Amino acid sequence: MQQVFSFTCLIGMMAILSPAETTLIRNATVLTVTKGTVPNGRVLIENGKIAAIGKNVSAPADATVVDAAGKYLMPGIIDCHSHTAIEGGVNEGTVSDSSMVNINDVIDPYDVNIYRALAGGLTVSNVLHGSANAIGGQTVVIKLRWGKTAPEMLFEGAKPGIKFALGENPKRQGYPTQSFFSRGPALERRYPGTRMGVEEVIRESFTEAKNYQATWKKYNDRIARGEHPIPPRRDLRLEPLVEVLEGKRYVHAHCYRSDEILMLIRVADQMGFKIRTFQHALEGYKVAKEIAAHGAGVSTFSDWWGYKIEAYDATPYNAAILMRKGVMVSLNSDSDELQRHLNLEAAKTMRYGGLSETEALAMVTINPAKQLGIDDKVGSIEVGKSADLVLFDKHPLDTFSKPLKVWIDGHEYFDRDKDLEKRPEFERRKKALEDKLNAAANAGAKQGKPGAH
Amino acid sequence: MKVRSLVVIAALSGLSLLADSSNSVLIRNVMVHPVTSPDIANGSVLVIDGKIAQVGPKVGAKGVARVIDGHGLQLYPGLINAATNVGLSEISSLRDTVDLDEVGLFNPDLRAEIAYNPSSEHIGVTRGAGITAVISLPGSGGRGFGRNGPGSVITGQGTLMHLDGWTWEEAAVKPSAVMDMLFPEIETVPRRYAAFLPGRPRPYQELEKDYRERLQQLSEFFEDARRYEKAKAAAGPDFRGDVRLEAMIPVIDGKLPLFVRAEREPMIKDAVAFADKEKVKIIIADPREIGSTGPLLKEHNIPVVLGKTFQLPMRDDDPYDAPYTLPNEFYKAGVKICFGTFDVEFARNVPFEAAQAVAFGLPHDEALKALTINSADILGAGDQLGSIQPGKIADLILTDGDPMQAKTNIKQMFIAGRGVSLESRHTREYEKWIRRP
Repeated sequence: MQQVFSFTCLIGMMAILSPAETTLIRNATVLTVTKGTVPNGRVLIENGKIAAIGKNVSAPADATVVDAAGKYLMPGIIDCHSHTAIEGGVNEGTVSDSSMVNINDVIDPYDVNIYRALAGGLTVSNVLHGSANAIGGQTVVIKLRWGKTAPEMLFEGAKPGIKFALGENPKRQGYPTQSFFSRGPALERRYPGTRMGVEEVIRESFTEAKNYQATWKKYNDRIARGEHPIPPRRDLRLEPLVEVLEGKRYVHAHCYRSDEILMLIRVADQMGFKIRTFQHALEGYKVAKEIAAHGAGVSTFSDWWGYKIEAYDATPYNAAILMRKGVMVSLNSDSDELQRHLNLEAAKTMRYGGLSETEALAMVTINPAKQLGIDDKVGSIEVGKSADLVLFDKHPLDTFSKPLKVWIDGHEYFDRDKDLEKRPEFERRKKALEDKLNAAANAGAKQGKPGAH
Repeated sequence: MKVRSLVVIAALSGLSLLADSSNSVLIRNVMVHPVTSPDIANGSVLVIDGKIAQVGPKVGAKGVARVIDGHGLQLYPGLINAATNVGLSEISSLRDTVDLDEVGLFNPDLRAEIAYNPSSEHIGVTRGAGITAVISLPGSGGRGFGRNGPGSVITGQGTLMHLDGWTWEEAAVKPSAVMDMLFPEIETVPRRYAAFLPGRPRPYQELEKDYRERLQQLSEFFEDARRYEKAKAAAGPDFRGDVRLEAMIPVIDGKLPLFVRAEREPMIKDAVAFADKEKVKIIIADPREIGSTGPLLKEHNIPVVLGKTFQLPMRDDDPYDAPYTLPNEFYKAGVKICFGTFDVEFARNVPFEAAQAVAFGLPHDEALKALTINSADILGAGDQLGSIQPGKIADLILTDGDPMQAKTNIKQMFIAGRGVSLESRHTREYEKWIRRP
């Protein structure tokens, strides 16, 4: 653990010590995503923002100049479905509606997967609870400002969300099965155990939330009239659902099958709220029309399928079909591993559905930014947006490419050369710790004490 | 379906000459990548009776049943995924659809071949990426981590299958290609699994005792097999056979390689020492690190089937790119490598696993070899598959680019000279639902 910590700190310091400075990236092929491609282009970064883009951009004399000849610059990659940087378990699985819990309370800035994701060009993550509950917890959007504290990682001004989950995962608690990982004693059952129960949990919770909302409205009206009523009792479970009803909180709903997607659209219609994104939605392509009509986005996998029955009708053409039918689509990771190469996941949409390069790149940049309501700040290379940028050695949709540098708010948070340079020092430190540990173990053994393992 | 696609190809080519050799196909005017020899621009490949008959800049079309013009396209040998569970597992979370990990410590007589479901949807999906053959293994590689009782040590015979065939028998290229084995290890729980496992981990001392026991049992099993072989040779016609020990004879005779899954450096060393002692052939499968084993593997001429490149580093303080650079580290050490995915759902992504290794240092040509000729060589089918050479089985893919690039489309595929469909469950869903009004 100590080793990990020292490693973390060292890399972290690299980011903290670099000041917000003026940087000119020149000679790059600039893939703006929203405004075309600028060959041999220049991007000027000032005060953490993109100040200028073009062929003839000049920079102040003291600007840091990055020569990117032959290289490709794209917007920082955005993941609309992540469980990285969560301390402890991702599921508060004891109740079927756990809307009172908040990811904000458990952001772990020392999770090394943050750095690993950065090294893959990721700059923004929508951090969600797991899918054990019909209504899960409150979610946050973070920037991968490695080396900063948890509060400093939060994406300023990003609307918070709430995780819903439909289908096999939330009903599993009603009929716990013995999987590879859980061959222990039978688990206790809890409602719901069917898709019908999942629907009912959501309907019931929102019915309560509407009553709660009305109770508060009544109270506030009486206050406005100058009366002195007793305030209603606060309910931390219902408050975020009221925020959903009032459009102050996005719903990100984990789902697979077309029936459950349609179900949630109808429940939302009935209760008067909107689904912001259907997450995974591997059968989204079957109800593209209904999703588009509701105005929801879909954040899906590039090519995951077949690992469970509700993923058996999945097709990697899902993103293409949904896009062509008017749905805003992004590709997500849901994984510490997959989030390291979302550009390559995007490249697969060119094979599966014939998307253009720009459409493919949009799936991991501007589209997820729109889904998270942060497209005025990130998701493309445009003047005025945050300087969240990734420099690749080849075109990011080329499967032989890799990120070389990553900036967030104009700060350099990853540099492959610096990472490589630091490795001998990390190795030396690690070995010193191991030697110390072994020496202690040997000394312990001599004295007949158990060694430190 | 197969018949129809043949007809389509024939019709499209429009150049069919005398049909006196109905089992012949000429693919011409194409960039040929034989893999084992230099590329041929505007080359031709003639296939007769399922075998490659001729390769060169100019091959006559006279008497050929079908001629395919490959203008602007690339011709590669079909790719091989050297480790999958294709055909043996349909939906990995539903046990009823999974035939992996039989009960028992030593199951050398189990044959993956006979449980390979030729109607599995994974076959078509995997083909879509240009893969024409796979090893299907009888084991998932999963360990019990000391909690679920002992897992298997020898899980059975992995089989080399063509991704085409009306029956498993027709699909089999090499029914018994490898003996799948999980080398015993001290099954401490890796951090990445700890959160998913119920209960408390067993003490280290107990796990170590299990490991020693397992090694002992393994040695005894091999000893039994040798005694059995001798007894059989010495015995008369009334000798009573034993199916499990009988299945070990090709292994102890050094004919059938042990496919040894060994993640970490100490296990790799253990496995090599064991192979040395038992004088058996081994392949190291799914290693997660090379450590100091490079020279050892090279010296013993032991090849490696690499697992996924797209993995997280094994330890928190490993370099972020450790899994990406691993293939090149083995290559630089002089070890022969090929790639597998050790799963079903992502078996089609093996070309991308190799591509990621290229991004991080593996020479491009070596990656292509690893996906073709090296796989064939390592799996004992180097004389049949893995390159475009006269005499080999005509497993070919016609593409519009490098098969390691995600944007490349696989246009046509031939398995043993037969044009096979590139349709799959995935393309069918697409065709159906894109038309929904």
